[in-house]
Amino acid sequence: MTVALSLENIVGELEASVPGSIEEVSEKDIWIDMNRIHEVCSFLKQAQDIELNFLVAISAVDYIEYFELVYHLQSIKHNHSLVIKSKCWGRDDISVSSVVDIWRGADFQEREIYDLMGISFTNHPNLKRIMLWEGFPGHPQRKDYFEPPR
Amino acid sequence: MPFRTEPVTVNIGPQHPSTHGVFRLRVTFDGEIIQDLEPVFGYLHRGSEKLAEERTYTQVVTLTDRLDYVASMSNNLAYVLSVEKLAGVQPPERAMYIRVIAAELQRIASHLVATGFLLQDLGALGTPLMYCFREREKILDLFEMLCGARVTFSYMRIGGIFQDAPEEFWPNLRKFLDEMPHNIDDYESLLTGNEILLSRTKDVGVLNAETAIDSSITGPVLRATGVEWDLRKHDPYEIYDRVAFDIPLGTVSDNYDRFILRILEMRQSLSIVEQCVEQISDGPIRTEGVPNLVRPPIGDAYGHVEGPKGELGFYIVSDGGIAPYRLKIRSPSLINLTAMKDMLVGGKLADMIVTLGSIDINMGEVDR
Repeated sequence: MTVALSLENIVGELEASVPGSIEEVSEKDIWIDMNRIHEVCSFLKQAQDIELNFLVAISAVDYIEYFELVYHLQSIKHNHSLVIKSKCWGRDDISVSSVVDIWRGADFQEREIYDLMGISFTNHPNLKRIMLWEGFPGHPQRKDYFEPPR
Repeated sequence: MPFRTEPVTVNIGPQHPSTHGVFRLRVTFDGEIIQDLEPVFGYLHRGSEKLAEERTYTQVVTLTDRLDYVASMSNNLAYVLSVEKLAGVQPPERAMYIRVIAAELQRIASHLVATGFLLQDLGALGTPLMYCFREREKILDLFEMLCGARVTFSYMRIGGIFQDAPEEFWPNLRKFLDEMPHNIDDYESLLTGNEILLSRTKDVGVLNAETAIDSSITGPVLRATGVEWDLRKHDPYEIYDRVAFDIPLGTVSDNYDRFILRILEMRQSLSIVEQCVEQISDGPIRTEGVPNLVRPPIGDAYGHVEGPKGELGFYIVSDGGIAPYRLKIRSPSLINLTAMKDMLVGGKLADMIVTLGSIDINMGEVDR
């Protein structure tokens, strides 16, 4: 059975190794500063006994005031998992650091978020639209997107 | 004077019989050696995630049918599990058993399609594919008895299933379970004893375990690299902790390994169905008190299953309304394509299609 890592331990470890990266902690979730995602992820992959070496999914949710990026991480070796979230404030020109150099599995998922949500990722090796064509107006998965009349 | 040669870039697809759907590969060749490769997709993008935001939780089941359309039951299961996790609904025993029976039969059907098309891609036109489809047809007949449909089932509901299996389902399932092992023997002899197949698939499209894990590869492609990772065992859902089965593993992780693994998995699935039929007892098939308009509490949940192609997950965010606020589909077909370049660069043009077939993608799921 996959065990969810205890948030208390993770918060402690993160505060010791990547100080100031945690924005908010609730009972169930942990929010990371959007500018520190890369540091935190690379720590979580390498730290002993955490070793989250498998990126399950990256999802983006549009909450109008901000976007939330949700990283589902997993360790195949220890069979435990962790979910980290990050609030990305702003509407246009949001950019966060890509995690493709940590987990290559992020490649298509980040491109998809870029395409459909309009969040761009710095240092992504091949950031271009994936489902829609270049020049498509807008980002359809945003809540304020409406299909233009035909 | 030496000849001046230069690489050629060729588009394969989007309309091509061996790309298993509308899928394009931009390949750069030096002679017939692949130098670079980029998969291009999106031709079948229907915006399922966006459409789900305007439908009630029960209606979204019909959208999941259309993701991986040769494995609709698994998609149904992954979705209803996620919603049940979000809403805190526990389905009754009998429903869980029937769901697992359906999902395992679906795995067999999906692997049959993959195996049949491998042989087709290798040039054995028609015959082996028809062998595989003959068996798949029987599974579809069984599904038709369950829900009246043959492709888009929409069989599962939040808190159970749409209807109990009819009486004639059980003797037909028994007959299938008795016949199928012999048919799998047939496929195995078609695969293992076939000189052409061996020379075309052995040591072709090799992927190492590290790259596979790094690239988030799941399913048979990951297990072929020797990594023991199967959600049915490592994060059991439904009643998988009550049935005994093995996880077949590969060693070399070439195309041959991936296909033989699918054959072995079919045998394991049969054994799981067999055990479910023994263990299943009478009882209700829907949880009492789950309304048609489910309103899960505010929050989010991620549910996943081991689908035929890998980890299929649904991340659902609820705002307390009757429709999901956001539904994200973690599709194995899309993510398994990440390492395709590693498997193919340096190989030959003729091996490309076989390797693509061995990853076993479904465009409905890649593009969503």
